[in-house]
Amino acid sequence: MAKTKTKRLSSPQELEALRELIVKGRDPNQSCIVICGGTGCLALGAQEVINAFKQEIEKGSLKNKLALRVTGCPGFCERGPLVVIKPKNILYQQVKSEDISEIVSATVKGNIVDRLLYTDPDTGQKITYEHEVPFYKKQKRLLLGDNSNIDPTIIEDYLALGGYATLSKVLFKMSPDKVIDEVKKAGLRGRGGGGFPTGVKWESCRQAQGDTRYVICNCDEGDPGAFMDRSLMEGNPHSVLEGMLIGAYAIGSHQGYIYVRNEYPLAVRNAGIAIKQAGELGLLGKNILGSGFDFSVKISRGGGAFVCGESTALMASLEGKVGEPRAKYVHTVEKGLWEQPTNLNNVETWANVPLIIKNGADWYAKVGTEGSKGTKIFSLVGKINNTGLVEVPMGITLREIIYDVGGGIPDNKKFKAVQTGGPSGGCIPESSLDLPVDFDQLTDVGSMMGSGGMIVMDENSCMVDIAKYFINFLEGESCGKCVPCREGLKRMSQILTDITEGRGKEGDIELLERLSATLADSSLCALGSTAPNPVLTTIRYFRDEYEAHIKDKRCPAGVCRELVTYLIDEENCPGCGLCVKACPVEAITDMGKKKPVVLDQEKCIKCGACYDVCKLGAIIRK
Amino acid sequence: MPTKSKPAKPKVKAILDSYQGDPSMLVSILQDVQAEYNYLPKETLTQVSQDLDIPLTRVYSVATFFKAFSLKPRGRHIINVCLGTACHVRGAVRIRDEIERELDIKPGETTEDFKFTLETVNCVGACALGPIVIIDSKYSGQMKPDKVKTLLESYD
Ligand SMILES: Cc1cc2nc3c(=O)[nH]c(=O)nc-3n(C[C@H](O)[C@H](O)[C@H](O)COP(=O)(O)O)c2cc1C
Ligand code: FES
Repeated sequence: MAKTKTKRLSSPQELEALRELIVKGRDPNQSCIVICGGTGCLALGAQEVINAFKQEIEKGSLKNKLALRVTGCPGFCERGPLVVIKPKNILYQQVKSEDISEIVSATVKGNIVDRLLYTDPDTGQKITYEHEVPFYKKQKRLLLGDNSNIDPTIIEDYLALGGYATLSKVLFKMSPDKVIDEVKKAGLRGRGGGGFPTGVKWESCRQAQGDTRYVICNCDEGDPGAFMDRSLMEGNPHSVLEGMLIGAYAIGSHQGYIYVRNEYPLAVRNAGIAIKQAGELGLLGKNILGSGFDFSVKISRGGGAFVCGESTALMASLEGKVGEPRAKYVHTVEKGLWEQPTNLNNVETWANVPLIIKNGADWYAKVGTEGSKGTKIFSLVGKINNTGLVEVPMGITLREIIYDVGGGIPDNKKFKAVQTGGPSGGCIPESSLDLPVDFDQLTDVGSMMGSGGMIVMDENSCMVDIAKYFINFLEGESCGKCVPCREGLKRMSQILTDITEGRGKEGDIELLERLSATLADSSLCALGSTAPNPVLTTIRYFRDEYEAHIKDKRCPAGVCRELVTYLIDEENCPGCGLCVKACPVEAITDMGKKKPVVLDQEKCIKCGACYDVCKLGAIIRK
Repeated sequence: MPTKSKPAKPKVKAILDSYQGDPSMLVSILQDVQAEYNYLPKETLTQVSQDLDIPLTRVYSVATFFKAFSLKPRGRHIINVCLGTACHVRGAVRIRDEIERELDIKPGETTEDFKFTLETVNCVGACALGPIVIIDSKYSGQMKPDKVKTLLESYD
């Protein structure tokens, strides 16, 4: 892509002129090869694919015919590395470096490489275009849609799509109050978990007493199994920055922070590049676009502590202190960072802001339900066919997300539950799948929207194990400042461990419920007060599984090691030896061709590796 | 990344300078120091405390609060097993157990020859590929217990 020479822009006209210049330099009909360079696809080998494309284009001197763009995540991680040919949007999946010369020569000739297209599992038909793939059909990608049109390291890509024009409109044509009104009218609620009305928060911060006001973007994304914020920050960092700029103007703040988890190196890098490039163009810093408004942004990296996603802990950590929360008698909008009024919003919340201002509150409020407007990004993971990031309108049902977008459960297994809301959320059973997804409905069934993690579980997932997993996670992450959370979680973890290891007692379920009530009532921050949710919802919907563990010393899903035994079904075992190779401790002996293998119970560590590889059902799990 | 060199103070100085000696950047500063030395040697903590003019106890409390920091020397290769929810439901525990068995160390420990340190992490944002193991900065997705040995053997 042609690099435009950077010069500080000092008026809205100059911004518009630059945009026109960029657009004029680009041929909309030129074929462009778009490759996902997000963490998921990179882990699947996208870097080799990118290098191969570069070489191939170089080799054939095709620079004028073919553009190449490395972008953030388009969502369909299951099928990565993903390649899309623009402007037609031909989708190639699971692309390897060996496929590149074929893709390049086909694209130059206007042909399509059939074998790399996605096959619809229902009809067996090949699907050519991205938007026709069932995974994308029911999505409404207001935020993620631009990811494949933008190389996040090139600000021109964002400008070409009209980026920062909304900021310009805000700075020159809207008063701060008008901006706040618009966000309130749009009904935007915080995407970080709590669902607090964003406009109301901004207004309180604007009105709070103080010399300096801060705005912060929460990209700590602590939910262990979710990556919405990562993909936005990696893929479209300028949309987040533009949102923060608009918010800062409305609130009257001149200093912002982005708090990113250290486990997201690419997000840290791309946010840093975006800040630098925006600064060079005068879209950050002093006298932005000649408006007299100043705003700068610093990045601060987290240190791997879940509790630092909580507002007061995050601010302590930003001040260079231990990330412990404090009691919120005084809200952070009044006394936050350095005791000054501070407005904290989640990445996805910020990214929604430019959309609302650009298209108007009425347009935005048309999408969604009565109490929850707009779209929500979920990371759909676990036992699901189409793992990835999905952006859907609020109000869509869980069933639509799991079956239509997600393509259902792999290997024809039975759906058991979906966990939403991360460690603060709960497990939702089959009977509630027709629930429309919005902030209030999910809370009604004992879970919560959370930041957007959605973990699907099938018949082979043990619900007591899941509850134990979250409690253990939270026990490890509890900062230890308040007793109910520190000691309560430890006790709950012990009880759950006992249950899953065959030492469960009559009365354990009731004890867990009592402890839960104590934690919910008396913890200092929401880490502790919402911690019981995974336990309470699994007891509410899957009590029989708890009872099977406690009374019959049996794990119905076959997950809890101490409660299962593996046996060889001699009738069915042809002695193929697959399990012999899979066993990590050499507990299975090959007795020769056509003779069933022998399993030594003394050596068996019950890892289940043999059970997984045996396709003949000759390993029995009891 | 991993360096064998003895903690030399100029490196810490350079890191502190890059943050203009701003005490609020303590977490980031310690991260950079750790990236330089592979762990946080005692002398570096003392120096950070002196140069930023904050009590050593506070530097120490921050260094021990966050999971990302290590006060002990770590191995040449850092293994991170993701135990996030998505990886958990796809059997991450079995991968961790297999690595523990193969190397005879527990999470947080380092092999005697300082070849590997085993750590766990809660989600690296590549959930679609779970269970996932990251060695240094290379991701290996869709791990299976019987692939662990070969993976570990590919490092020296
Ligand atoms: C233990 C705990 C962890 C949290 N982690 C996050 C997080 O990782 N990301 C996030 O945006 N909000 C997180 N929150 C919510 C924040 O405290 C805060 O409500 C949110 O960032 C506000 O932004 P919003 O109004 O845009 O949602 C967490 C809350 C708690 C109690
Ligand atoms: S849970 Fe392992 S990468 Fe997200």
